Amino acid sequence: MSIHVEHVTKRFGTFTVLNDVNLQVESGELVALLGPSGCGKTTLLRILAGLERPDQGRIFLHGTEVTDQRITERRVGFVFQHYALFRHMTVADNVAFGLNVLPRAQRPSAVRIQEKVHELLRLVQLQAMADRYPSQLSGGQRQRVALARALAVEPRLLLLDEPFGALDAKVRKELRRWLRRLHDELHITGIIVTHDQEEALEVADRVVVMHQGNVEQIGTPDEVYENPATPFVYQFLGDVNVFHGRAIQERTIANLPPLPDVDSVLPAGAVDEREVTFVRPHDLELNRYRTNSEQFEATVRYILTAGSRVRVELVVLESEQTIEVELTKERYRDLVLREGEVVFVHPRHRQVFKIPQS
Amino acid sequence: MNSVTIIADKDVQWKESLTTESTPVRRLLIFAAFLYLTLFLFIPLVAIFTEALKHGLSGYIDSFLNEDALAAIRLTLLVAAVAVPMNAVFGVAAAWAIAKFEFVGKQALITLIDMPLAVSPVISGLIYVLLFGAQGWLGPWLAEHDIKIIFALPGILLATIFVTVPFVARELIPLMQSQGREEEEAAITLGASGWQMFVRVTLPNIKWSLLYGVILCNARAMGEFGAVSVVSGHIRGLTNTMPLHVEILYNEYNAVSAFAVASLLTLLALVTLSAKTLIERKTASATRLKSQR
Repeated sequence: MSIHVEHVTKRFGTFTVLNDVNLQVESGELVALLGPSGCGKTTLLRILAGLERPDQGRIFLHGTEVTDQRITERRVGFVFQHYALFRHMTVADNVAFGLNVLPRAQRPSAVRIQEKVHELLRLVQLQAMADRYPSQLSGGQRQRVALARALAVEPRLLLLDEPFGALDAKVRKELRRWLRRLHDELHITGIIVTHDQEEALEVADRVVVMHQGNVEQIGTPDEVYENPATPFVYQFLGDVNVFHGRAIQERTIANLPPLPDVDSVLPAGAVDEREVTFVRPHDLELNRYRTNSEQFEATVRYILTAGSRVRVELVVLESEQTIEVELTKERYRDLVLREGEVVFVHPRHRQVFKIPQS
Repeated sequence: MNSVTIIADKDVQWKESLTTESTPVRRLLIFAAFLYLTLFLFIPLVAIFTEALKHGLSGYIDSFLNEDALAAIRLTLLVAAVAVPMNAVFGVAAAWAIAKFEFVGKQALITLIDMPLAVSPVISGLIYVLLFGAQGWLGPWLAEHDIKIIFALPGILLATIFVTVPFVARELIPLMQSQGREEEEAAITLGASGWQMFVRVTLPNIKWSLLYGVILCNARAMGEFGAVSVVSGHIRGLTNTMPLHVEILYNEYNAVSAFAVASLLTLLALVTLSAKTLIERKTASATRLKSQR
């Protein structure tokens, strides 16, 4: 089922949580709403579910306006961050809840409900847990029960609010791969809210990056990662070195030497403009010797070798700014770096954003 | 279960080795606590029953088998039967509103609910006399329409309900606040109606606290003296509740009967206490099961 969000605004008191948000989700897509806490992503999800009402704007599900429709009429499955399982019911009763509360005329027979519950528990690999209570399950198991419970009513749309946020890193990784496979099997339109960029990039067909109630960028994981539309997106999707600078007439000076193909050259007479240059740690190249004119010098301050890649902290000689560089183990071995040495740094790829002067 | 006890034992040992006073100090403290409780709680309790049984079992039973005593018992039961369900319903509704929604005047509502605990019961009774009494604001109008509130059953009911308002609500508010709204929201997204949500999700989650609140509310409703004394008028066989009846008998130097009726109230208190302990144990084991994981 497709989703269409039109000019949705939501305020809590004087605080604007969502500011004129527009969004289009195609049928069968899995879309991630990504952003730091407080960016409005959960509120948007709750508005889609019908748990909150927008102050302005309209919501369409499958072409029909549902802005004023009640939750029960929307047929939306919602998975909560803290599972929200019914603590006094067994796993099987939890999953059956949505079927048991159907009006008598639509309710399947008790036998059919039982069958369906077992089907769903098989789907989430928890057949053996049917008679347990939520308090007897691990976090990952609880969230799978919550998912089975949401799927039981055959929703047209599945909304997941930070579903793996309360789990430890390893379980989280397992579950999101599992969720992706499940989605490919069921082809249900889904929206997952997360503040974990890795999770969003891995699980979703498209990512909606949100910041302070605004949509910053919408695109496939590759698009948002490779071509961030705004400084915020660049910084949010991974580690980054930030160089503040200003463009002056005829030449751009960040705290970096200019790159002819990227840096802006202002026409004579133009006003000063501040700009900020982003370089990802793995896009900075280290050399022992000067190899080209774009390099700048920096002192190695600290080397962290744990993990699959080596991270080196350096201080730029000219500006005393601290930067971080990521190297492969091989490159690190070839360089034979020591703390306190001076090396030459060269940005392979950088992105410059102008900062509007206010 | 076994693993839990083992953990608990370890806990105790650890605490003993680090934070316990020396043995003589410990014994002295325990002795002082017991002495205090014996003097102020246990001896009076025993006194009530010995006084009541002074003239044997027949004298004890005779104390209840007269018109006035039976009328007082009936009235007390009636008052509790009206006040407790009303405050249970109100308590659930108020706790629900306070715990699950944000609204203007929430703090004022919480304060209002607490007021009967802060105000002396005598004042609670006087409020109604001032409102509905012959010289009260609404007195002339009530007299015109031949409605009796003060010195009649409605007054006693009003005073009792007023005094027992906080018990259920105060029991439920912290619990419902800690449980949050998510389970209810989950029920609604799964298609439950408001009533289905309440019966299938909310009520089972609060049942033990609700019962606990109801028991405390009931004990107070049956035992209330001050507020009821002001509005009742002490008409024998008509507006005398059990606590008032005890006072009358005592003032008439009928100590045996006074203590006999008092012993009934005491028995009620003991039953309440055991029920309370039972429920506390029940909720404790429920939370232990949860924290075990």
